Amino acid sequence: MSGNHEQMGKTVKVRVFRGEGGQGALKEHDVPVTPGMVVLDAVHHIQAADSGDLAARWNCKAGKCGSCAAEVNGKPKLMCMTRMDTLPQDQPVTIEPLQTFPHLRDLVTDVSWNFQVNKTIPPLNPKPREADGTYRMAQMDIDRVQEFHKCIECFLCQDVCHILRNHKAEDFAGPRFLVRNAALCMHPLDTEDRLPDLKDKFNLGYCNITKCCTEVCPEEIHITDNAIIPLKERLAGRFYDPLAALGRVLKGD
Amino acid sequence: MTTPSGFSPRTQAVLATQRDDAWWMAPLGTSVGLLLFIVYATWAAFQGKDFQWGPYHSPFYSPLIVLDWWPISPAFLIIWIPAGFRLTCYYFRKAYYRSLLLTPPACAVGARPQRYRGEKAFFLFQNLHRYFLYLALVFLGVHLYDLYHAFWFHNGFGVGVGTLVILFDVLFLGAYIFGCNSLRHLVGGNLNCFSCASFGHTRHNAWKITTRFNLHHRGWAWVSLVWVGFTDLYIRLLAMGMITDFRLL
Repeated sequence: MSGNHEQMGKTVKVRVFRGEGGQGALKEHDVPVTPGMVVLDAVHHIQAADSGDLAARWNCKAGKCGSCAAEVNGKPKLMCMTRMDTLPQDQPVTIEPLQTFPHLRDLVTDVSWNFQVNKTIPPLNPKPREADGTYRMAQMDIDRVQEFHKCIECFLCQDVCHILRNHKAEDFAGPRFLVRNAALCMHPLDTEDRLPDLKDKFNLGYCNITKCCTEVCPEEIHITDNAIIPLKERLAGRFYDPLAALGRVLKGD
Repeated sequence: MTTPSGFSPRTQAVLATQRDDAWWMAPLGTSVGLLLFIVYATWAAFQGKDFQWGPYHSPFYSPLIVLDWWPISPAFLIIWIPAGFRLTCYYFRKAYYRSLLLTPPACAVGARPQRYRGEKAFFLFQNLHRYFLYLALVFLGVHLYDLYHAFWFHNGFGVGVGTLVILFDVLFLGAYIFGCNSLRHLVGGNLNCFSCASFGHTRHNAWKITTRFNLHHRGWAWVSLVWVGFTDLYIRLLAMGMITDFRLL
């Protein structure tokens, strides 16, 4: 559908959630669509044209700051990375705030719970430096971790995760922080034993790997396959695999 | 870690969503596909006959174990292994958690309301997947033997359409098993430092190969599922005399 230039120059109806503290309604605006326009441009047009008080977070407009996360036509997306010509233009475009987190105003939600979870993750605990005072890592050892470092903390994965969104499990870290745990757990220099926390504090077992986090990630991090499932396998090896336990006993670990 | 006001108090009823696309097609198609396979496989396993024709042997009955005291079809002595492998497979878990259990039915669509425990309570058994993998690898060897057998007709070496059907069954099953997340962990994913480990480079290469297959695990899971059913059906129709096997060589 991209590059649908015959539809450019049209006016599209854009419905934006307006209100405070979860109370409010969708308000409809007519927005002229121009080539290359993204949903965030539509929000800026509405602010400039008739709703200067419309509250919306944004910063880089390049898909790198993660600020403009919202739900466009019901799907969690970055507004700055969602082109208008990828959306059906024969019906209104709906823009709502993230549904999982407490609503503040218009398109802005309070995502501070995520920062509190982040603080509970033990930081990298590196092994001692080598004799020449340096750390050495082979590229083959750090490749996996570098994928996780692409995360821009837009929290779209946290928003779409049904364990947080529907079941409101405050004792579940959520995909973003399982990715951070994976980055630390698989780090070739890290010495921290993170598996007990993953099992009992961050409740990795709640995840039923339905992959919505992977589907919405704007950085295309393979959250489920490369972070969560490998952690689940490590947990299985430590806590749920009798043969592995027997092996550890025989080796005296 | 808990903060009482961490989440929106807003609730989302099951199947409720603001999505305007046909999100229901994927779970509906998955449900239909899974249920059709389960119905056919159960029916075929209960038959207890028509699973061999010439050099061909149905994968639902391989390896064939005949016990005098076993009261029902010999398929049930072995079919629990591939069934258990697929039941606990990370892809199929996603498929039936979404399509059959509605947790959630699709992304940003309301999940079935329940006291959610994920894979921490009843579904803890999913951790058996690695054991089913070990058995599946043995099964792959058995299927390879069946493939070898499928080249040897009563008058010597040959290739029939059935030989190719069995060949593709082995190839698809292999591609599915080689992308298994537990295998990926076993061959190297459990290491933090490939370069420090014994056979580290070999294990890194093995991990990269399983990663390539794993990228398309869903596709291989479905192709191998459909094809194993088709293989049984092809051999069953031959054994029932309803179709003819063409010899290519």
